[in-house]
Amino acid sequence: MSLLLAFSTALLFSLGTYLLLQRRLSRLIVGLGLMGHGANLLLLLSGGRRGVAPFIGATKGERVADPMPQALALTAIVISFGVTAFLLALAFRSWQLTGDDLVEDDVEDRRIAGALAALADEEVADIEAMAAAGADAEAGGPALGEEDGP
Amino acid sequence: MRVLLPLPVVVPLIAAGISMAFARQRNVQRAVGALAFVITTGASIAMLVDVDRHGPSAAFMGGWSAPVGISLVADRFSALMLVVASPVLLAVLVFAMGQPGTEQEQPSFHPVYLVLAAGVGLSFLTGDLFNLFVAFEMMLTASYILITLGGRRDQVQSGMTYVIINLVASTLFVVLLALLYASLGTVNMADLAVRMHTVPEGVRVAFALLMFVVFGIKAAVFPLFFWLPDSYPTAPTPITAVFAGLLTKVGVYCLIRTQTLIVLPGDRIGGFILVIAGITMVVGVLGAIAQDDVKRILSFHIVSQIGYMVLGLGLFTVAGIAAAILYVVNQVVLKSTLLLVGGLVDHAAGSTRLASIGGVARRYPLLGWMFLLPALSLAGIPPFSGFVAKLSVVQAGLSAEEWAVVAVSLVVSVLTLFSMSKIWAGAFWGEVELVAEPDDATSVRFGGTLPMLLATGGLVVASLGLAVAAGPVFGYCQRAAADLLDPAAYVRAVLR
Amino acid sequence: MRRSLILDVVVRVVFHSAFLLGLFLLFTGHNRPGGGFVGGLVAGAALALRYVAGGIDEVREALPVRAWTLLGIGLACATGSAIVPLLAGRELLEHFKGEVHLGPMGAAHYNTALVFDIGVAFVVVGMTLMLLVAFGERLPSLGNSWARQETGR
Repeated sequence: MSLLLAFSTALLFSLGTYLLLQRRLSRLIVGLGLMGHGANLLLLLSGGRRGVAPFIGATKGERVADPMPQALALTAIVISFGVTAFLLALAFRSWQLTGDDLVEDDVEDRRIAGALAALADEEVADIEAMAAAGADAEAGGPALGEEDGP
Repeated sequence: MRVLLPLPVVVPLIAAGISMAFARQRNVQRAVGALAFVITTGASIAMLVDVDRHGPSAAFMGGWSAPVGISLVADRFSALMLVVASPVLLAVLVFAMGQPGTEQEQPSFHPVYLVLAAGVGLSFLTGDLFNLFVAFEMMLTASYILITLGGRRDQVQSGMTYVIINLVASTLFVVLLALLYASLGTVNMADLAVRMHTVPEGVRVAFALLMFVVFGIKAAVFPLFFWLPDSYPTAPTPITAVFAGLLTKVGVYCLIRTQTLIVLPGDRIGGFILVIAGITMVVGVLGAIAQDDVKRILSFHIVSQIGYMVLGLGLFTVAGIAAAILYVVNQVVLKSTLLLVGGLVDHAAGSTRLASIGGVARRYPLLGWMFLLPALSLAGIPPFSGFVAKLSVVQAGLSAEEWAVVAVSLVVSVLTLFSMSKIWAGAFWGEVELVAEPDDATSVRFGGTLPMLLATGGLVVASLGLAVAAGPVFGYCQRAAADLLDPAAYVRAVLR
Repeated sequence: MRRSLILDVVVRVVFHSAFLLGLFLLFTGHNRPGGGFVGGLVAGAALALRYVAGGIDEVREALPVRAWTLLGIGLACATGSAIVPLLAGRELLEHFKGEVHLGPMGAAHYNTALVFDIGVAFVVVGMTLMLLVAFGERLPSLGNSWARQETGR
């Protein structure tokens, strides 16, 4: 049983990671949900073997299921419920503003990278211009040593 | 003391509830918020005095004692963090009340801000790792809302990045908790410290690394910091100030706490942490030099300064950790001040892009002073508090014979000074060039509305006060560091 | 909006039972599976059913409270139940049980954890209400107060 659960956890994590690398926010939300489920499954796994429900007076000495991971998993589920609701609202807002829900690159980053690229292009252009001028001077203009020739 | 301990958590939460119920009445919201922070500051100071005198003390939620129940623990480190965080939260609230913008337009600002404060308080006070997760989520969810408050396009875009990265970090945190519970059977931090020796060494080192990654994402160390400069600058100024001053420092607090308490002395990954610290410092300051917007430069500087704190941690000596704690205290105040000044510049000049504005100090000398003093402190110029903090880090590094990383930190210090002077020259000095001017009387005269100036001025005075009181503060930090490296008193207080 | 007759009738039948189920889960949470969160969710699901049947106006008719008020009362209730024991000399969030004798009806057990659960349920219902309002208001006007469009600088 534990092996099957472990494989399921791994599967959920891998699916979630793949979806996390997408561009559309709706896919990201599904991916994050899957990863959250994987994490909760892992919490449940950490509780050990299954047993009877842990109520005082309801068991007669059998093995009792560990109540702690259940409480932890419940808290994690509630938290992810709230955050998923927020992410959905964010995706909705993005759709209202731009008609799409792509996660975009940072504008300022692109601007600075673009500025650096433009600077590099300028330098290359400068070097090429100097090289061309140097070639002209060698080929066409008078050489220094020949000016005061006979 | 038992009554004081939960106050920094419960008072902001009740205030948030009242704020929500009175969502239409801004005056009730403001009064409740300010009162909550005043009470929290008072409780933190009382806690600090008590803990310094009597050692760590714990309160148990619900009457269930550790390790089954959740414990709230105040030791010297957490009390100090609370005492520093609460006034900063109050000052930023006052600033937000004065700034025409988010606070005045959105009824949800006050409740969410109070929940953020409750989350920060709980992260500092909790002695249970899962409760730390809950506190983080409280803090982070409030920060998701605050960072996108206003719903503008650039906010939504950078908010998406911020939310997704933090959600991944939270999932990793749950994985860490599950693995810890599976191997050790507990999530109480003191109990973990006691039981750590029962697992093999490889597992212990793996846990140390995983804890470093989880809290490193929050603390923005290399290579986990890329979300910070993308998302912080687009939030409204008071929000950025709180995030920069507090949220990353909560990450550093958790790093220091877990690496000293839960990781056994034989498994400490000091060398690795030092390398990360060095690279963080360099990458942060180089990124800052490449930017030309005041808020973006300051955001990159956050990353660079985190490197210094992690450097202090990586030394794992009393001097190193004391230096790290002093640095954290300094940065909480300084970074918030600088970002609030950035907000004042935005208000007075209409933009924060260095190319578009100039001469703000000539037009509003008060703003010039309010930038100059914290900036010199950040760059490490004597006699300011930043200099004391940097000196303590360098001295700790030299006495631990880590020459390389100390050399890196000195070079980065020079580059920080260069970057600060770039802001000064670009925005504050030179010809007066403003994009848009404010129109109310106080702003025309002094550069900002009265609450904004009061809040920023108060924080500047606090940073000067840190410089004056550097001796006693550093002594306290040394006692706190000694407590951290020898957690017997902490464990005894929790697991009695 | 076009309303489906079948959906209308079904929701009319199911809504009250679902809401009552939520209340039942809330009260029984201490001794059986249940509690404030699940009770609030089921009640919120009942509200969502009303939304599916008739749109946001239907929800407003079902629960004419502002979401913020519900959230605020819930949070204040829950944190109040946490702090009252603290101020009375016990630990934070410590709960007490007791009995009330109601004459011929026997003894009714009560537990102060119920106050906390009620707070949580209010928060969840308020949150569901806010979700429905945020996602359910009619497009394309962005005139609702939480979605003000400002031009970025």
